[in-house]
Amino acid sequence: MSTGMDDLYREVILDHHRRPRGAQALAHPDAEAAGKNPSCGDELTLQLACDGDRIREASVVTRGCAIATASGSILAELVVGRTLDEARRLADAFRAVLHEPAGELPDELAPGDLDALIGVRQFPMRVKCAVLPWITLTEAVVARNEGRVAAESTTEA
Amino acid sequence: MKARERSLGAPAGVEPCAGQRDGCERCGGLARERFPILRRAVHGLPLVYLDSAATSQKPEQVIGAEARYYREHNANVHRGMHALAAEATDLYEQCRRRVGRFLGVTRPEQVVTLRGATAALNLAAGGLAHRLRPGDEILVTGMEHHANLVPWIALARREGLVLRHLPVTDGGELDLARLPDLLSDRTRVVALTHVSNVLGTINPVAEIAAAAHRRGALVVVDAAQSVGHLPVNFAALGADLLAFSAHKCYGPMGLGFLVGTPETLALLEPVEFGGEMIETVTMDTATWAAVPLRFEAGTPHVAAAAAFPAALDLVEEFTVERLRTHEISLTGYTWERLSALGGLTLYGPADPAARGGLVSFHDPKLHAHDLAQLLDARGVAVRAGHHCAQPLHRRLGVAATVRASFGLYNSHDDVDALIDGIRYARSVFGT
Repeated sequence: MSTGMDDLYREVILDHHRRPRGAQALAHPDAEAAGKNPSCGDELTLQLACDGDRIREASVVTRGCAIATASGSILAELVVGRTLDEARRLADAFRAVLHEPAGELPDELAPGDLDALIGVRQFPMRVKCAVLPWITLTEAVVARNEGRVAAESTTEA
Repeated sequence: MKARERSLGAPAGVEPCAGQRDGCERCGGLARERFPILRRAVHGLPLVYLDSAATSQKPEQVIGAEARYYREHNANVHRGMHALAAEATDLYEQCRRRVGRFLGVTRPEQVVTLRGATAALNLAAGGLAHRLRPGDEILVTGMEHHANLVPWIALARREGLVLRHLPVTDGGELDLARLPDLLSDRTRVVALTHVSNVLGTINPVAEIAAAAHRRGALVVVDAAQSVGHLPVNFAALGADLLAFSAHKCYGPMGLGFLVGTPETLALLEPVEFGGEMIETVTMDTATWAAVPLRFEAGTPHVAAAAAFPAALDLVEEFTVERLRTHEISLTGYTWERLSALGGLTLYGPADPAARGGLVSFHDPKLHAHDLAQLLDARGVAVRAGHHCAQPLHRRLGVAATVRASFGLYNSHDDVDALIDGIRYARSVFGT
C-alpha cells in the first residue's frame, strides 16, 4: 500500500471492522447514547451495563465506515472493567491525541488496540469517524452520572 | 494501449464521441491541456479528477480572466464615474448578456446575477413567499439536492404551506403516473431538478412544466447539473425560474444565476436588502430598483462575472452537443465497467443517453468513505456521501454512495483508473 494507507487501514483495524466486538445490543443497559455524524450519515448506538460505577458490559452497534466501526469495536473491548470515570479519561485522551501532530496514548491508560487508530490523525477528514464512538461514550457517561439512561450526540471532528 | 473487446465510444443512434483518437476508439479527453490543475500530482500519482458534479475544474482562460480583472479593471460596479468603474460595470453586464444568450434568453434583465445556484433557489422560494397563503401547496421531487428542497421546507414551515413530493421509481426516474394526483388547484410551485446529482436521471422538465402550468403553478428548475453539460434552452424547458452555478460549468466559484420569465421575476420580492438594489431611500422608506438589480444587493462577485464568459466560450467552441456526446460515451463506459466488476449497486437509468455525466454506486462490503479514501490514495478523486440528497439516499436504502462524475477533460483512461482503484480497495479490505 502507498500514501499512508498502511497507517490508516492497519490489519488490526481491518480485523475489528470485519469482526466488530460488542456489536450485540444489550438487553438491560444502564446507559445508552446515540452518535451521529451528519456530514457522512454514519450512526451508532452505544450501551453500557454497570455494576455501580464500573462498566460490566459494553455494546457499540455501528452503521458506518471501517474506521468508525473499528473504533467502536475497540471501545467495546477496552472499557469493560473500567470505571465510568476511567473510560471517560480514555475517551478524552484519545480525542486529544488525534488533534495533536505527534504523541501517544499514555501506557497507564492501557490503550490496547487504540494505539493502532492514532494513524487516523494523518487524515483530518477521517478523525471524526474515529472519535464518534468516544464522543458518544462521553455522552453516555454524562447521562449516567445525571441519572438519565439515554443521550444523543452529534459530532464533527 | 491495451485491446478492448468492443468500442464503447457511443451508444446506437448517437454520433461517436468527438474526442476519440483515430484508430484506438478511446477518448483521450477534450481540451485537457487548457486545465492546468490536471497536470498536478496527488500523492505522487497523476490526478484523476472524477468529481466535476461537485465542481468542475477551470481552464486557463477562466483563471486568467479572473486575474486580469483584478490586475486591470478592479472597481465597484454601477457606481462611480471613473474609467475603472465603467469597465468593471461593462464586464459585469456583459456576463449577464452572455449567460442570457447561452440559454436562449433574449432580454438580459431576465438574468439575475447571484453568488450561486443555492442563492438563486433561496431567492425563488423567499421571493414568492408573499404570494402564498396557508394551505397552498408546493410540489418537489424525491430526488432534489438540499438546495432545491430545504428552502421550500423552510418556506412551508413559515407560511403554513403543504409540501408534497413526486416519488422516485425503483428505476430512478420520477413517477410521472403520480403527477396528476399530486397536482391540485392549490399547487402554486413545482420545484424540480433538471438532472439528478445522484441518479444522473434527466427529468422530462417540459412535460412536467406543461402539467404544472395547466394548474396555474410556477415551475422552478434546478439546472446546476445540466448547464454546460447538455443543451439547455430556457424557453424549451418551460421553466418560469431556472437556477444554476457557474462553477459546475467550468466557471469560477461564487457565481450563479436565477433566470426567469419577465412576468415571474416581476412577482418576486427581494430577499436581500442594501446598496445597489434600491431606487429611492428616505429615513424610513425605500423603493426597489428595476429587475434584476433589485435582487442584487451589495457588491457582487464582479471578478467571477468577468471570467465566466470564457467558460461559456469554451463550451461553445466545442459545442455543448459534442460535450454531451463525450459525457454519454464516458458514462456508458463507466456503467459497463462497474457492472462487469460485480457486487456493486448502480443507481439511475442504465441508458447513458437518459442520464447526465455521472454514475453513483454502492458496494455493500465497502463503505463509501473507505472506498473514496483508497481511491484517493491512487490519485482518483470521487465524491462519497449523501451528496446533499439525504431523502433520496433514504429512498435508496443506503447512507452513502460513491459518485464518479465527468467533465469534458475526462478520458476513458480516467475510468480505467477508477476501476483499478476499486479493485485495489477491495484487495485492501480482502473482499
